[in-house]
Amino acid sequence: MAHPVKRSNAPVFWLLFGAGGMLAALLGPMLVFITGIAAPLGWVLKPDALSYDNMLAFARNIPGKIFIFAVVTLFVWHAAHRMYHTLHDLGIRRNGLSMAFCYGISLAATLVCGYALIAIGM
Amino acid sequence: MNVRRPYVRRMEPGWWWNNAFLLRYMIREMTSVLVAAYAFVLLAGVFALNRGEAAYRQWLDVMASPWSVAFHGLLLAVFLYHSWSWFEIMPKTLPQIRLGGRLVPAAAITWGGLAATVACCGILLGGTLWLTR
Amino acid sequence: MRYLPESDPEPRHQVYEVPYSDTGSVLEALQYIKDELDPTLSFRWSCRMAICGSCGMNINGVPRLACRTFLREYFPGPVRIDALAHFPVERDLVISAADFISKLESIKPYIIPRVERSVAEGEYLQTPLELEKFNQFTKCINCMLCYAACPQYGIDPAFLGPGVIALAHRYNADSRDGAAEERMGQLHAEEGLWSCTAVGYCSEVCPKDVDPANAVNQNKMASALDYFIRFVKPGEKS
Repeated sequence: MAHPVKRSNAPVFWLLFGAGGMLAALLGPMLVFITGIAAPLGWVLKPDALSYDNMLAFARNIPGKIFIFAVVTLFVWHAAHRMYHTLHDLGIRRNGLSMAFCYGISLAATLVCGYALIAIGM
Repeated sequence: MNVRRPYVRRMEPGWWWNNAFLLRYMIREMTSVLVAAYAFVLLAGVFALNRGEAAYRQWLDVMASPWSVAFHGLLLAVFLYHSWSWFEIMPKTLPQIRLGGRLVPAAAITWGGLAATVACCGILLGGTLWLTR
Repeated sequence: MRYLPESDPEPRHQVYEVPYSDTGSVLEALQYIKDELDPTLSFRWSCRMAICGSCGMNINGVPRLACRTFLREYFPGPVRIDALAHFPVERDLVISAADFISKLESIKPYIIPRVERSVAEGEYLQTPLELEKFNQFTKCINCMLCYAACPQYGIDPAFLGPGVIALAHRYNADSRDGAAEERMGQLHAEEGLWSCTAVGYCSEVCPKDVDPANAVNQNKMASALDYFIRFVKPGEKS
């Protein structure tokens, strides 16, 4: 009879990885284009598209906050999970230290993002 | 005569760069580093937004610098490769799907995902243009 | 690759020249070597038609069945033949499959009926659609090429591996079987599904198009959902 095998806690991180990966796949390219190329160079968008007033207004309502929080945090949790496993592939085996490093960064980013979005207010 | 001494071979460090398939796998995994890098760029922007107009303008100035635009060109290429590789592997993560009595082939899932990407990116651009009109 | 445990400290390579033919396979080349050049060379083979799974080897770095790999693919050569990767080498090209076998046994690779039927009641019935759900995973010939392909197994052999998980899925997805819950217990573990990083090389090398990568990864969502739902499932202990 099979001995009970310890269940992995990977699903928590894997679901975050999947959500982040899907968001990055569907929206990533256009987000990069808009924020990093179009807006700075004044292509397609108006030159002041990402102005302080516009972005503040965007970040000061709930849908805006959710969008920003989702993009930043899901992207970092996606990357943390992938990098945790890639480090394993490169010889740094999965262990508590590697986990703390990878997911620690994503946790920190999540907390900073959450704090900033709350502090921006409504 | 019957001497058993099983020899365990070590994984060579070059296991992933000496094989085309495995090299592509590693490149796919490495895209996540730049996905995170972009998230941190945005996080810097949100943080600056919170600190006030002067700080945010500084972020905008950095974003408008030539090396930042070039870096985002690289990021764009990486994200496009992420989208491609994400939907390329997606059929493997799904059980058999039946639509209209026929099995959906892997290629349909991949191209469907890429079509969804184009659509979502279009909606995002449209939404941004509308919000900043 | 040569390795004689009684005299070699470690594996080495020996070069042989064999006659070329358009239709000759690597297996036939090995048989030529053993018959005409060097009878001490050891290797496994049987059916020579890609159904027994015995002749798995790394040929020019890629896990292949020697009987289904042809010299014309590499003309004019050379062709480098190593024992199947990620397994201990017993002698020359013969590897120890003990780990694979014990893992296979552990997932109960046989039908444990959902509802027992006596012989008098007749066969277990199944529709073509029910068969389709698991049919491709029945094609596995236990050749272990997928294990040689899988970098995760190579890095950490505690991983259950593509072939065994594909076979567990073959039974879990069979409508006649009722032991999915039991088998999933092993799949839920870190050494089960969760060591897989969807490299996909296993499916690339499979000579029978079993697609073990699909078997493993389609179970991840089920395992992930079960991770949360187990707290509300009746009779669940942990």
